[in-house]
Amino acid sequence: MWFRGLCKSIILGVPIGITFLDTVGYVARVEGISMQPVLNPDSKSNNDYVFLSRWAVKDFNVQRGDVISLVSPKDPNQKIIKRIVALQGDIVSTLGYKSQYVKIPEGHCWVEGDHTGHTLDSNTFGPVSLGLVNAKASYIVWPPNRWQRLEAKLPSSRKPLTTAVHHT
Amino acid sequence: MAFMKFIAKSCEVAGYVIQTVCVAHCTFNHVGDFVVCSGPSMEPTLESNNILFTEHITPRFQRLRRGDIVIAKSPSNPKQNICKRIKALPGDRVRVQFPKRSQIVPRGHVWLEGDNSSNSADSRLYGPVPEGLIKSRVVCRVWPLDKISSLTQY
Repeated sequence: MWFRGLCKSIILGVPIGITFLDTVGYVARVEGISMQPVLNPDSKSNNDYVFLSRWAVKDFNVQRGDVISLVSPKDPNQKIIKRIVALQGDIVSTLGYKSQYVKIPEGHCWVEGDHTGHTLDSNTFGPVSLGLVNAKASYIVWPPNRWQRLEAKLPSSRKPLTTAVHHT
Repeated sequence: MAFMKFIAKSCEVAGYVIQTVCVAHCTFNHVGDFVVCSGPSMEPTLESNNILFTEHITPRFQRLRRGDIVIAKSPSNPKQNICKRIKALPGDRVRVQFPKRSQIVPRGHVWLEGDNSSNSADSRLYGPVPEGLIKSRVVCRVWPLDKISSLTQY
């Protein structure tokens, strides 16, 4: 009898859990050095865990400087974590892309890792469609001594040359 | 006492509502859902206001094939969905009419075209589409009733 009760609560609980992870957010481990020094500052110690907020990107409202996770344009099974540098209409000066200056097309954004030179980002694959944005990384939650909010900030050297005005 | 009963009853009803909403969310987002299509780009296969049944399992496991009709987020507007046919998979060579050249579809991308090639905004306009934008694969048409038909080629 207790077994049937357990099965019933699992069958009812799993959809509630999935819905929560889909709409509110979840915690994921950051791998790699592409976002140093903000994430994984010391590659030898343990990896950081971040809270990825799905709620924050439900209308695809992202700002320049936000740290986001997105589905890799090269491999749909892989998710990558980068910082948004430019939104649609902006002109960015690129670092090693095929053209020196790029105007971001409609519905796209330009993402870069903080660790310039050690990151696979828009400088390799170009502007990415906003539809690939999966979640916004809002907090580092583990290890506990690194608990902090991830601020939207851009180094002044990586600000877009011109920024378009968006009416939202 | 009556008030306590009311509270208990309300909680019970709210629980059922939450369960139902969550089960519906999971079904429609991970298993299959119904889509009303509009626009001329897939004529004569699909017409405006046809209702299609789509499934989300094939795209998740990258089992898409050439000739499948898929629903994807539009690359230029993530809030809009497009319904096109997969013409080429990664590594295939596609020929573009204008400008006249050929290109290889890059890794992780597919080439989407509408069946109505004279009236369709598709990969010929915005290039290869990342597979991550594909949401679901069209299985069959369920409305209008006299045109119920399977839309898979296999």
